[in-house]
Amino acid sequence: MSTALPFGPVRAIVIGASAGGVEAIGTLLQALPAELQAPVFIVLHLPREQPSLLATIFQPKCALPVKEASDKEPVAASTVYVAPPDYHLLIDAGPLTALSADDPVHYSRPAIDVLFESAADVYRAGLLGVVLTGGNQDGAAGLASVIASGGQGVVQLPETAQVSYMPAAALQRNPSSRAMTLADIAGLFAALPE
Amino acid sequence: MDAGLSAVAGEPSVASSDFEIELQLLVEAIYLKYHCDFRSYAKASLKRRMTTAMGRFGCATLSQLQDRILHDPAVFAPMLEYLTVQVSDMFRDPGYFRALREQVLPQLRTYPSLKIWVAGCSTGEEVYSLAILLREEGLLARTIVYATDINAKALQKAEAGVYELERVAGFTANHHASGARSSLSDYYVAGYGNAVFDKSLKKNVVFSDHSLATDSVFAEVHLVSCRNVLIYFDRTLQDRALGLFRDSLVRKGFLGIGSKESVRFSAHAEDFDELAREERIYQKRDGAA
Repeated sequence: MSTALPFGPVRAIVIGASAGGVEAIGTLLQALPAELQAPVFIVLHLPREQPSLLATIFQPKCALPVKEASDKEPVAASTVYVAPPDYHLLIDAGPLTALSADDPVHYSRPAIDVLFESAADVYRAGLLGVVLTGGNQDGAAGLASVIASGGQGVVQLPETAQVSYMPAAALQRNPSSRAMTLADIAGLFAALPE
Repeated sequence: MDAGLSAVAGEPSVASSDFEIELQLLVEAIYLKYHCDFRSYAKASLKRRMTTAMGRFGCATLSQLQDRILHDPAVFAPMLEYLTVQVSDMFRDPGYFRALREQVLPQLRTYPSLKIWVAGCSTGEEVYSLAILLREEGLLARTIVYATDINAKALQKAEAGVYELERVAGFTANHHASGARSSLSDYYVAGYGNAVFDKSLKKNVVFSDHSLATDSVFAEVHLVSCRNVLIYFDRTLQDRALGLFRDSLVRKGFLGIGSKESVRFSAHAEDFDELAREERIYQKRDGAA
């Protein structure tokens, strides 16, 4: 179940992005190895009125099944979960995916911080948090929780992100996280062993 | 750990951090002292809300917060806000109200009088949405709406029917998308930055305290609307709530839940048929207890 990275075993991956995120996440999903055991959870800021097409958009790019997360559903291995629009996605003990309609965080629902903080509680040192392109500071506090729980942080190198504000904020708050280009993060994912 | 304590979480105790231990003790303390039962609330959201509350009350740990809550009842009311309130929009998910309008109300119209239960009504946005929908469909005068929540302050706000004017543009767009037969502005008066909704809308609304965790069925109703409440419950409490709804509903009565909630995985899946799948509207199956 565990997947060895250069910096430790990975039991789950959380990814957060905002502006420019559809493209960036698409690139990463393309790099996910079909043998990956760890579940992947994604929060991408979206206009809340629109029905989510993300799972449909991402599925053709990804060797693993991609689905919109639902409430209190047991987490399956080798599966990519996308937060539905206008709900926070959390990971609860089980692990289960859970949703909430609590207030937006950083004007966003779903919020990256909410996913990362709850996932850090469940996966502890086995969690890899990835903050990508975006235009607000959501994700910085969440990544701090991931790292405080013993997990690992990766941030898209701000100057290479389509919008640098979000990765820059995450990096500033979490100097111990690794800043990498999207291609290098994709390479990291592709190298995740079974 | 004794059996009583492990029952607190509704599952074998696996508290792995101080925070989780403290959370379990705190919800037990609140239950013992105030008879508010959060023991079967979903833990991840509860943790997040408690963390916010710690900041609000200047407590470094949940144990400190527990001390305040036990020894200073004045702290409990504002605390309850953090645990229960969630703000919804009027006509949130317009498709839900459209489905009620097009698929449910035509069937309810055949009854001489109607009863509707809005469970977990919070600050009332959904209550007024339903009242306006019922008025548009000519049914409000013969309907009684029970609007219940565990939060007394939220119920007061619901009863007042006053919302910030800046939220009304969103309400109006939702209302329009629900297949509105009137203009939302027909139902409120604007002033001092607020929209005050027409008192006649709540003439037949009974606002009252009711807990899905500890209280029982109080009326027989034709429609239960309970949206984005079940997601805060664990499976056990979801099953309890759905059981109450089933027992409250008349034969072939209707149940509407949140757009990301489902009865499919519950113990009561067999008691309901899907009426509008996307909009999460169900009909009590004939013969369901």
